[in-house]
Amino acid sequence: MLKGRLGGFIFQFLAFVLALGFVSVILISAGASPMEAYKNMLTGSVGSMRKFAEVLVSFVPLLLVTAGLLITFSAGLWNIGVEGQIVLGAIISVWVFRLFVDSTLPPALIITLAILGGMIGGALWASLAGALKTFGGVNEIFGGLGLNFVSTALTLYLIFGPWKREGVASMSGTAPFPDHFSLPQVPELRISLWALGIALVGIVIVYFILQGTYFGLKLKAVGKNFRAAYLLGIPTWRYSMYSFLICGALAGVAGAVQVAGVYHRLIPSISSGYGYLGLMVAMLINYQAIWAIPVALFFAALNIGSIQLPIVMKLDSSLAGVLQGVLVLFVLLMEGIRQKFLKKA
Amino acid sequence: MRKNFARLAMFALVLMLVLAACAPAAVTEAPVVETDAPVATDAPAVVTEAPVAEQFVFGLLMVGPYNDNGWSQAHYEAGLYLEEKLGAKMIYLDKVNPADRPGTTPDQLAEELVAQGAQLVIFNSDDMKDASTTFAKAHPETYVIMASGDQVWTDGKTYEELPNLMNIMGRMEYGKMMAGCAAALTSETGKIGYLGPLLNDETRRLASSAYLGARYCWEQAGNDPAALEFKVTWIGFWFNIPGVTLDPVQVSNDFYTTGYDVVISGIDNPVNLGEAQKLSAEGNKVFGVAYDYVAACDAAPEVCIGVPYFNWGPEYLKAITSAQDGSWSSQFIWAAPDWSDINNIDTSSVGFVNGPALSTEDAAAVDAFVAELAGGLDLWTGPINLQDGTAYLADGEVATDQQVWYLPQLLEGMEGLSAPE
Repeated sequence: MLKGRLGGFIFQFLAFVLALGFVSVILISAGASPMEAYKNMLTGSVGSMRKFAEVLVSFVPLLLVTAGLLITFSAGLWNIGVEGQIVLGAIISVWVFRLFVDSTLPPALIITLAILGGMIGGALWASLAGALKTFGGVNEIFGGLGLNFVSTALTLYLIFGPWKREGVASMSGTAPFPDHFSLPQVPELRISLWALGIALVGIVIVYFILQGTYFGLKLKAVGKNFRAAYLLGIPTWRYSMYSFLICGALAGVAGAVQVAGVYHRLIPSISSGYGYLGLMVAMLINYQAIWAIPVALFFAALNIGSIQLPIVMKLDSSLAGVLQGVLVLFVLLMEGIRQKFLKKA
Repeated sequence: MRKNFARLAMFALVLMLVLAACAPAAVTEAPVVETDAPVATDAPAVVTEAPVAEQFVFGLLMVGPYNDNGWSQAHYEAGLYLEEKLGAKMIYLDKVNPADRPGTTPDQLAEELVAQGAQLVIFNSDDMKDASTTFAKAHPETYVIMASGDQVWTDGKTYEELPNLMNIMGRMEYGKMMAGCAAALTSETGKIGYLGPLLNDETRRLASSAYLGARYCWEQAGNDPAALEFKVTWIGFWFNIPGVTLDPVQVSNDFYTTGYDVVISGIDNPVNLGEAQKLSAEGNKVFGVAYDYVAACDAAPEVCIGVPYFNWGPEYLKAITSAQDGSWSSQFIWAAPDWSDINNIDTSSVGFVNGPALSTEDAAAVDAFVAELAGGLDLWTGPINLQDGTAYLADGEVATDQQVWYLPQLLEGMEGLSAPE
């Protein structure tokens, strides 16, 4: 029963139930009805077209980041620096928008350039973590964390310094761009089908790379056994770098979409924590690309649905974060237990 | 080994995220009980379709926590006042800022309030100004109040025609003058610190007003004007965002430990009082002036010498009444204190309460100063020079509203940044 797909599924379902139970206990101890909270989160995320569109707005960057992380995880790398890669993508796209703010070029071209710029920015930032890892021997977790801090500092410097609003010094953010620099949105809704399309293309490409190419196979070989892959003639360090570059590019696009589709300016928390959330999604789906869409959508729905909690029930909306974290924790825990049983059997 | 490390790192990361998510929940959930009962358990859609007959529903977006003992709490209390006076119903969301609600924008959150039935939405922060414009344009059928903004000021620099939007602000310049006066009278070192938020038109004119009040009372008390030091330190936002702004507690501490014995809060909460309380307990003679919320001194009465505060109720009441009876007009309101009684909750938009730590003698002097202001004393009268020495108001010239609102620099005699470097 423990073996095979069904066994895994049963254990994951059990983990889900346990996570819900755990959060319910928290809710009850706070004097709130868990059923009501879940119902509010559900109606708050899919209760109307507008709400679902908000979920998609949150889903786009999350999916892009998850897609990128699937590549680095496949190569056996913990790209914690993904958060900074989103930020750099955002910074470069803002820079491109600023360059062309008075230009007469068609806005569609400028937006495209900004997104490409974001892609390059994210990839280059990731290559720093990659270089530190492959040439400097710095573990990518520490290198990435350090670079995250640097990216935040860079954002703050730009907002408070060279890119400040006229006469204002505020951590609030830079001045918003004119409306025509926004990704075109569905009328009455805030979601851009372009952004959604980009994210879907991103995950499809990653799925294809991992499932259908020698490149993907070699990446996985590097991830599964670095030494063996090396001995078999795979240039391992190059594959590590490739995976960083791809992940950084996808994270950079996520940052650019945050600018062109959501905030239309640079703000200190431009990444909105999607990097860390993406890490959780990737862990939860056990690095299988096929599950990225539903799980990222579920996490995005939790994010948006939880806004109802403070409005309707006077509860704190960080409950969504608790549920997300607990869910990942229980899934990992159950997987660990299953493995133990399998070993004994 | 490597695998173990990865597993450990994974576990630590998840644990960190869970804890990070848990911590604020625990803090903010506690006081929830006292707020009004949760909305009926029906799905929100039902509420939207059939709001309780005739009951006016208004939404309030607050930049900080609703119980911040400052700016946001003053708005929250005004909301309760409106519920009581109008029989209206308030729907609110606090901590509306990208640090606390990542991935959201104020206009998006305002739509959530509208979905719950709000017919009017109050945006309570300068930080939401652009979003309030976006929202007002996208929802012409919803009334919008943008507190502290100037979008619909026909004489303003950023005027835009937004028929469903109203700007409301109190003339806190007077309140700040009183704060400065109390500070100057209390200070023994003649060094006053001003805990500044971010730098913009509003904060420049308010810090400068505090300075004008301080200088006036300092001189009236027979002191040498040259001996008064007034320093502003800007933290970068309306309140502390760890890792993003300067820590206001640390800034207060720096003031107090370098001879500034009175610190005036210009940010959204009175954290300077906490620091003063701590240092005072260690035997230092230090004081603080709170800001924004009438009961802010309660946080540390033994060191609080006063609080200039906003009373948003009266103007919000007028605005909502006008929305109800159809007389609404888009306008810019900059409401002065009710000089017959600046602490009248039904009439005065700006007030000042002397703090328990203000000596009886100084309290009398502050009261006399308030009476002078009520009698027509205008400290925004020349000669006034800007910080860099350029003349701003000639001798006897009284500043226009624009000159006060859009003050380009701090004033001569003040220390601290005037404009972003």
